[in-house]
Amino acid sequence: MISFRINGMKADVSASPDTPLLWVLRDHLRLTGTKYGCGIALCGACTVHLDGEAVRSCVTPLSAAAGRDVITIEGIGEIDAGKKVQAAWIEMDVPQCGYCQSGQIMSAASLLKKHPHPTDAQISEAMEGNLCRCGTYNRIRAAIKMAGSAE
Amino acid sequence: MKLENPSRREFIKHSSALIGGLVIAFHLPEKGFAAVRSDKVYPPNAFIRIAKDDSITIVVNKSEMGQGVYTSLPMLICEELEADWNRVSVESAPVAPVYNHTVLGMQLTGGSSSIPSSWEQLRRVGAAARIMLTRAAAEKWGVPESECKAEEGFVIHAGSGRKMSYGELAEEASSLPLPHDVRLKDRKDFKLIGKPVKRLDTPEKVNGTAQFGLDVYLPGIPTVLVARSPVFGGRIKRFDASDAKAVPGVEGIYQIPTGVAVAASGFWPAKTARDLLKIEWEEGEGGRLSTEKMRSDYAALARTKGMVARKDGDAEKALQKAYKSVSAEYEVPYLAHAAMEPLNVVVDLKPGRCAIWTGTQLQTMDRNTAAKILGLEPDQVEVHTMFLGGGFGRRANPHSDFVAEAAHVAKAVGGPVKVVWTREDDMKGGYYRPMWSDHIVAAISEDGKPVSWRHVIVGQSIIAGTMFESKMIKNGVDMTSVEGAATMPYLIPNLEVDLHSPVEVVPVQWWRSVGHSHTAFVVETMVDELAALAGRDPVAYRLEILPGDSRYRGVLQLAAEKAGWGKTIPGRSLGIAVHKSFESYVAEVAEVSVLDGKIRVHRVVAAVDCGLVVNPEGVRSQLESAIVFGLSAALHGEITLENGRVNQSNFNDYRPLRLSEMPEIEVHILNSGHPPTGIGEPGTPPIGPAVANAVFSLTGKRLRKMPLQNLA
Repeated sequence: MISFRINGMKADVSASPDTPLLWVLRDHLRLTGTKYGCGIALCGACTVHLDGEAVRSCVTPLSAAAGRDVITIEGIGEIDAGKKVQAAWIEMDVPQCGYCQSGQIMSAASLLKKHPHPTDAQISEAMEGNLCRCGTYNRIRAAIKMAGSAE
Repeated sequence: MKLENPSRREFIKHSSALIGGLVIAFHLPEKGFAAVRSDKVYPPNAFIRIAKDDSITIVVNKSEMGQGVYTSLPMLICEELEADWNRVSVESAPVAPVYNHTVLGMQLTGGSSSIPSSWEQLRRVGAAARIMLTRAAAEKWGVPESECKAEEGFVIHAGSGRKMSYGELAEEASSLPLPHDVRLKDRKDFKLIGKPVKRLDTPEKVNGTAQFGLDVYLPGIPTVLVARSPVFGGRIKRFDASDAKAVPGVEGIYQIPTGVAVAASGFWPAKTARDLLKIEWEEGEGGRLSTEKMRSDYAALARTKGMVARKDGDAEKALQKAYKSVSAEYEVPYLAHAAMEPLNVVVDLKPGRCAIWTGTQLQTMDRNTAAKILGLEPDQVEVHTMFLGGGFGRRANPHSDFVAEAAHVAKAVGGPVKVVWTREDDMKGGYYRPMWSDHIVAAISEDGKPVSWRHVIVGQSIIAGTMFESKMIKNGVDMTSVEGAATMPYLIPNLEVDLHSPVEVVPVQWWRSVGHSHTAFVVETMVDELAALAGRDPVAYRLEILPGDSRYRGVLQLAAEKAGWGKTIPGRSLGIAVHKSFESYVAEVAEVSVLDGKIRVHRVVAAVDCGLVVNPEGVRSQLESAIVFGLSAALHGEITLENGRVNQSNFNDYRPLRLSEMPEIEVHILNSGHPPTGIGEPGTPPIGPAVANAVFSLTGKRLRKMPLQNLA
């Protein structure tokens, strides 16, 4: 049994310690907002916050989450940066198929926590690891700027 | 901790039951809409549900894969229904004849046809419901129907000021006969259509609640990964599962037609076990395949005469007498769709029935295929269409490959299963956009006008062997192989387009814009070459050789004007291309630079004429999306095979565009007033040639092979 906190609640999971956090969230906890895209940290669809840092849950073993705080897309609206990002995403009509957007939002929320008013270069750096096959990147950039200028 | 997460579908079912009084009643006889179909009035009860609390559910018979149909199709209904748009939500349609594509006769989403094929149908649905609601109010009040009008979800009697909401009227309305004389609004009276409307599915896509196929969890269902042949067409000789079986969580290992299926308690144990399988494959001819060898074979074939797709005049003879000519060979590779959501299917197999939960574009065929495999009647199989995490054509497999395989797995297991593909499975799984080789010899006369054009196309047929064969292969020519080439618009008196369709073991399929994804590149870069040969400006030249009444002209001029065609920017150049696909016209201007042999696209200005625009915001999004999709392929996209094995496996070696590579994109809509035409795909074809033409303008080098980034 490995324990950690998920979106503020305690979770106890019986799974092999090498199980990626992604599959613990999905298969064990049924938190399906975190997506599987590549399995090897190339696409960012599985991004979650581990003790406040954006990580790729597909390559984060369950053992690495033991005793720590995990926030997923289901919980990100509880923090200020997450709320702003979600509102901006709606305002800019960012998603198309929507599959990558949980990960995009988690990366963007992490960026805003560090840099409340990010520059273009900071946006490019923070979001480079998040792929979108629908090509919503320009709206993502615009939405992050909007979130970064929201009060 | 145990988090209960019943699937959204279950939730909807229950919550509907709670609301109760689904008052434009929702009952769908499997058979019996034939008469309705023939008079082109569709029963509103199949598409609209109005609850007592005035909430409106629109049942959408197209798959939402990002293109916005869960917003644009409800707009068509609600425009005529006079509904309160803020009360509208969406549900995906089950499989039933009433949900068939109005032209193609089965339930499917593809060919950029959702709006054009639903444009009349769904507005009539909305209008019929509005008439029924108005009639119900008039009867209730004992006043003439003509004195009542519908507005924002209410019927109002002008004389007395009486007012009833749709929710209050729906029960009575649903018992009235279907009106057959349905008049649609004049365009000038549209309130929703033509206005930028925000997507209805955004809120659930930003908080993680949107349910994709991969998010379907039914209690106790194992996750299954399949070990498939490393080469196309390979068969299992023998396999040893003893190590795999020992992995905790593994529930069973089964041989199925496509490989070995590992069922386990979740993805991770299934994958861990699959990696431990020892399988010996009988590779057959698939193991000898190499795209490099195919490439030289195709190039040789392109020098020979093929099946004639178009023949005007005598291209050969005209070439002899021409002033100047150019001969060019083109190559484009296999491409994977690589949607963000890897393929997956839940098959909930029970005795005598089955429910399939997946993201599909081809419901009727998938259902029928699964039924056949499972020994069921089609009406014993339900299909629940989930959100598609990207489709791009892959989820409309004419052989229902991923659904068929999952049905085989369920049959082998003897119960419900969830089959999940890894990214690598998805990337190596075939059904690619075909690779193509082309040879063109074209010539101009002394006045610069083209006089001869001979184009030979070589590439696999997508349609051969599918149920679309009888309609889409004519005189041996697969129409999708030559679309955009045989149908090119320029005035050339002597023109021949030939086709060779070699057969390969690599399965191929439609990929966003199908044949146009290749023909636009070839035709539009060659026209650019002719302009250079004639010493003309590429825009002026195209205008010169397009028919005077051509709709290509409008977008060509608009894109050129908005891009500042003719301006000079130090270190950068502009290139243009124009193409028609799915009855829509798109011109794109790319502004590029080349640094250390790397192409950088800084800005793309697009102009589109897709007829009447339903949701301008949706049109803009689709153009942006189609441009990025096309640019990813043009710069980086390539699937290659050696010894039958696909070289690419994930997003490191099959590279979609990333944020830092994004150009600015500007979309300009030309409102031509024609009936609405496709928008999901037509933005993809012009971007590759626009970039290649811009590189030529900058460097003098002609790029005739994709991906372009290898060559700049």
